[in-house]
This record gives sequence, structure tokens and C-alpha cells, in this order.
Amino acid sequence: MKTRRISVLVFLLGVATTAQAARVGDVTGIDWTDQAARFLSLRDPAVRHAVAGAVLMGVCCGVLGAFVVVRKMALVGDALSHAVLPGVALGFLWNLEKDPLAIFIGATLAGLLGTAVVRALTATTRIKEDAALGLVLASFFAVGACLVTMIQRLPAGNKSGVDKFLFGQAAAIGPEDLRLMGLVTVLVLGLLALAFKELLVASFDRGFAQSGGLPVRWVDRGLMLLLAFTVVIALQAVGAVLVSAMLITPAAAAYLLTDKFHRMLWLAAIFGVAAGVLGAFISFIGPNLPTGPFMVIAASGIFTGAFFLSPRYGVVARWWRQRDRSARTRRENTLKAIYRVAEEDEFSRDGVTFMQLAQRRKETVAEARVQVRELVRHGLATSNGDTAYFTPEGRRRAAEIVRNHRLWELYLTNTANIASDHVHEDAEKIEHVLGEDVVRELERRLNYAERDPHGRRIPSAADIHRHGGRSGEAGAEQR
Amino acid sequence: MSGLIPEFDFQRVVISPWTADLGAFGWIMLMGFLVAAACGLVGNYLLLRRLALMGDAVSHSVLPGLVIAFLLSQSRGTGAMFAGALIAGVLSTVIIEFIHTKTRVKQDAAMGIAFTTLFAIGVVLTSLYASRIDLDADCVLFGEIAYVPLEPAVEVRGVALAPAPVLRMGAVLLGVVVLIAAFYKELLVSSFDAGLARSLGLSPALAHYALMAVLSIVVVSAFESVGAILVIAMLILPGSTAMLLTTRLPRVHLLSVLHAALSAVLGTHLGLWLECSIGAAMVVAGTGLFGLAWLLSPRDGLLHRLLGAMPATAPAHAAGPAGGHTGPESAARQ
Repeated sequence: MKTRRISVLVFLLGVATTAQAARVGDVTGIDWTDQAARFLSLRDPAVRHAVAGAVLMGVCCGVLGAFVVVRKMALVGDALSHAVLPGVALGFLWNLEKDPLAIFIGATLAGLLGTAVVRALTATTRIKEDAALGLVLASFFAVGACLVTMIQRLPAGNKSGVDKFLFGQAAAIGPEDLRLMGLVTVLVLGLLALAFKELLVASFDRGFAQSGGLPVRWVDRGLMLLLAFTVVIALQAVGAVLVSAMLITPAAAAYLLTDKFHRMLWLAAIFGVAAGVLGAFISFIGPNLPTGPFMVIAASGIFTGAFFLSPRYGVVARWWRQRDRSARTRRENTLKAIYRVAEEDEFSRDGVTFMQLAQRRKETVAEARVQVRELVRHGLATSNGDTAYFTPEGRRRAAEIVRNHRLWELYLTNTANIASDHVHEDAEKIEHVLGEDVVRELERRLNYAERDPHGRRIPSAADIHRHGGRSGEAGAEQR
Repeated sequence: MSGLIPEFDFQRVVISPWTADLGAFGWIMLMGFLVAAACGLVGNYLLLRRLALMGDAVSHSVLPGLVIAFLLSQSRGTGAMFAGALIAGVLSTVIIEFIHTKTRVKQDAAMGIAFTTLFAIGVVLTSLYASRIDLDADCVLFGEIAYVPLEPAVEVRGVALAPAPVLRMGAVLLGVVVLIAAFYKELLVSSFDAGLARSLGLSPALAHYALMAVLSIVVVSAFESVGAILVIAMLILPGSTAMLLTTRLPRVHLLSVLHAALSAVLGTHLGLWLECSIGAAMVVAGTGLFGLAWLLSPRDGLLHRLLGAMPATAPAHAAGPAGGHTGPESAARQ
């Protein structure tokens, strides 16, 4: 716990020193190394504001995004973020200048109106939720687009920077914006902390929440309100078009890395901040680069990293585990084959020759040699060049696999009434995954039978443990 | 504030687009109609299959394909444009599938991640190479339908026929109509009953990808005129309006074409009056028509509900099989 907190702190410090952004559109023809140095030194107040804005935006979006992702509300977030545009325009029209408070109120109202319309459409017509979301998203955005193009026609509108709300411009964040963003961040985090348990229950187990008397609909509405606030304060940095990405992508990356929700919240906030600051930095070093798209690309980079490298859910880890499992299955099949050969001789001889093994598996001797070498490498067998001998551990594993196979065959024929010549294929697959508990239960249900449907002997627990050995590799891996 | 809404000049707003300025506004209205009709017809099938938001995803995703095609071919040729859009559109569906089948991220989030990323890449490329591809960031969002009459006209034997985008859009609409007519039954069956479709030997996956390919083509040819976001409205609004008024698919198609025509004409007037983006105004007009239908629809209408006829009819159509929206779950999940 403590080490994680510290690592988060170190990370944030690192981000703070690598980060600074601003004044993208204003500077042209400046060497990018100078710009980078200006950004990194944090000397410029515009840079400081941009970085602070990106950090606040990242925290809010990441934390609320975690709820968006686990509640499968990604497309609601998308609709909400487009629907705020007319509110931004109206907020601007309030007194024809970029007044953060007026824009904040207008945009929040427009966002909430949008979600209300979605609810009304799905409640009163047969229009499905996805179509209703698309309708609200596009038609609100069209109204906003009309207003924005009308504002740009006005003498005051031309330099208003209202178009900066489309793709974001971190450099345009001023101290007043920052104050508002800080206030909203405190509000969001405070409410989350206060109602964390309620939100958690309402998100993960609605039935339980309802039966516990929790006003689930009000919790949902509260979450929607916080979401609208967050979208609105993120507008300046990311822009209306891509806010939804900052809600979804950092949280989805966190979702791939952990199963614990509170850890997911932390990670999502960190990823949001990292993406925000990185995007601000990149858009700062070149002239005329919009901030939002770079933040989104940075977030997608983080997601791609988690997608491939996550220890539990990453593509690489899954691929590796699959490879591992199929290698173990191959080893176990070799062990089983050796056991069967030895069994035919009634265990009279010590070893099994490669020739016998190859005949048993209808393969070449060379192939059999490769398989035995694999067993030797894992300490399951020894070999003297043409004969394989079980180690105690190998004998135990082999007996276990054969027992699993035969028990399952017997279970299928006795209990599921499947013909005894049809059960082999199924048992071939399941023998590798049966856990010790299931095996005990099977033995009990089958009255500790000694013979399988084909009349062959089922190795008993006593057989297996006589051959000694600690808990086997399969046992360890299944747990 | 006073300068925001210009005075309503009847001559300028209503008369002149049909008389003196018909040469320009005729093309704008025709283009608006062609875009909305083609989008609306394809959109009807998206609505039936509960894929409305796939339109959202594809319309955002075609941008990088379009920009890269422009940059590589150094031209705005139709072929390069369609190829770029097709590749990007199909790529986005593949990425979405990849993310949500390989990890535990759900489909909605996978969609959100994939299309925002592609769109962000497209916007960055647009702003880096703005001078070379004559697209700017605003145009990416709203399009510039007002520039359509300024495009060089295609000439056949010395006679100026029509501006190139209008001809292209007309061809796309014609293609969509022909495809729907040719595969009407297949589309119908695979949209409503994936099981039956499979038993008839139709592949639901093939139908899905074919629909996505057509969607990409339609979206990209509409892109210059209405941009990435307004096109979503063009896809969803006509069908949603029509489905409030009728449940028979042929009538839904007819009504959505009518909706397209009305919103193109009304939107042009609205845009002229308010002096705002005409593409956005067309969508606002279409939204107005949708609002009217929502208010007055004989079945789902708000007025109808207010007048108290609700208890008698609500269970009937809730259970009825007729609904245009009862697309099969399996199609929706694809």
C-alpha cells in the first residue's frame, strides 16, 4: 500500500518535471527544442496553466471514466460530450466573451438536457437507446455548429476562440478557467469520496442496491451530473469532439491492469494525467497543433501498452500462458503414453524404450526422443539414450493423468449414459484440467471404482502417493 | 447580440434561391438531398440492426484513410478516396472486434477507443498537412456544402454537366438504391432473423461486412459536404423519423427519402436566413421534422399519449411483431 502511494508520488513528480504546455497557435516558426525547453522549465505562466489544467482534467476524466467503463456507459459519455456544444455557444453569447462560468453553466445544462432527451426518447417511443444516443449526439452538435458558425460571423466572435472548444487548446487555459476546473475537481473527488460505497453498489449490483433501499435512480443522476461537469471542464483542454476518449481510454487501460476497483481508479487517474500532460507537451512543441488529438493519441498509446503487456489480461501474457499450457499438455500426454506402455508389461520392467514409445504413439523414434528430452528437462524422467525412466515425480504425474482420464470415462459412461466407445475424446481434454477436489468428488461418486469402462485399472490415491513426490506441477498451476 | 440573428429578408431567404441564385443553391439543395437520401437508406438498415453507433464509429474512422489517400495520391481522385475510406472503415471494425474479443474490455468501450484514436490521428494529419490536402479541422466536423457549386463541373462533350461531388454522390445514391433493390429480401431476412438467414444459406457475417463497406463509401462521399459528425445525423434522423410514422419497411424507405428532401430544402433556407453552416442547418431542419413526428406520430406521439389513448394501445404495440426495431439480437451483437 505504502510503496504504491510512494510510487504514485514519484510518478507524478516525474510527470510534473517532464511537463509543460502552451501557446500553440500563437508561436510560429520557433525551433521545437526551444519550445520543449520552455515547456519543461515551467517558467512561462501559460505553460503552468496548461499543465495544471491537463492534470485536473486527467484526474477527473480518469476517475469518472472508471465508472463509465465498468457501467458500459462509453457511448453515453460520447453523446454527452457532443451535446454540450450548443451550451458552450449560448454561454459565450451570454455576454459575448469567454466567460468560464457562463460557458460552464450553459454546457452543463445542454449536456443534461441531452441525456434527458435520450431518456424521454427511449421511454416514449420504440427508438432504441443506441439510435437515441446517436440522434441526440448529432442533432445537438448540429445546433451547436449553427451557433458557432453564427458567432464566428460576429465581430466579437472572430477572436473569441469559441472554435477552440472543438479540438481543445490547452494553451488557452487561463487562471479563471483553472480556478473553475479546480473547484469542479474538488467537488467531483469530494462527492465520490462521500458516496463511494453507494456508487460502487449501484454500479456493480443494482438488485442488491435497490433491495437495500438505495435510491439507485438518484445515484445514477448524480453520476450523470458529475460526468457532465467533467466533460465541461475537459472541453478547453481536449475539445468537445474527443472528450469521450479521455473518459474511456485511460480507464479501459486501467481496467486491463487490475481487478480491484479502487486500484483501477488510481491507475485511471494517473493515465489520464499522463495522457493530458503528454498531449499538451506535444502540441506545444510544434506550431498550430491542436491539443485534444494529441492527448487522445497519448492515451491510446497507454492503452496499447496495457493491451499487449498487461500481466493478466494482456495479449502477450495470454499468448504466453496458452503456449505454456499446450506445452504442459504435450508433456502430460508423453507421460501417459509411457505409463501405458509400462502398464502393458504390468510394470515388470524399469524403463520404456524410445522404440516402444514411438510405436505406442505411432510416431518416429526421433520424435519420441524429443518428447522424452522435454520430460527430462522438467525433471519428470531420466534417459540413458534409448530408454526412458520415470522419476518419482514423473511417475506420480503419469498415474494422476491416467487416473483422471479413466475416472472421467467411467463417470461419463455411468452417470451421463454415454457409450463407452464415445468417451475417450472428451477424457483426452479434461484429464489435464481436473483439479484435486473434483477428482476426490468423482472417486466418491463412483464408489472408488477400480476399473474403467474398458476394464483397465484406475490408479488409486494410494498408487499415486506410493510413487512419492510433492504436489505436482499441475496442482500448483491450477491454484 | 443583435447581429446574431439577421433580419428575415423574404426575398433573400425564400425567393432568390429558387430564382436568381438557383445556379448555386440548386446544386447545394440537390447535394444535401443526395447525401441525406443515401445516408438515410443505409441508415435504415443500421437502425434495424441496432448498429446506429457503428455509423458514428465509421464516420470518425474514415478521416485518416481519407487524409492518407490524399497525401499518397497527391490528388482528390474518387478512386483513392474510396480506397482509403474502405480500408479505414474496415480497419476500425477489425480493431473493435480485436479489442473486445482479445480482452475483457466491452464492445462499447472498444468502439469508443478505436474511433477516437483513428479520428485523432486524422485530425493531427489534417493540421500537419493542411496546406496540401485542402481540408481544415472545422471542415472535418461540419463539412462545407456551400462550396459544392464552386467545384469544377464535369463536362461531357463540352457540356458542363454538374459539379464533380454532386455527380459522385448521385452515383453513390444510385448504387445504394440498386443494391437495396437487388438484395432486398436478403437484407430483410438477415436484419430481422439471423437464424432464418443462416438456414437459408445467407451468411450474416457477409451481410454485416457488406453493409459496413457500403456505409464507408456513403460516409466518405458525404464527408466533404457534411463532415464526420453531421453525417451521423444524416444516417439516423431520416429512418428514426420514418419509423415513428410507419412500421412497414418499404414505407420507411419512402418516408426517409422524403425526410431527406425536406430537410435539404428547409435547411438551405434556414442556413441562408441565419447565415450559418448550411450542412448544420440541414440537420437542424431534419431534427425539427423529427421533433414534429415525435409530437404527432399516430402510435408513439407525445400528443397521442397526452390525449389519454395510451393505455389502450401501449400493450398492443409493445408486444406486436410489426416493429421496425425488433432486429435480431445476434445481428446487433456482430
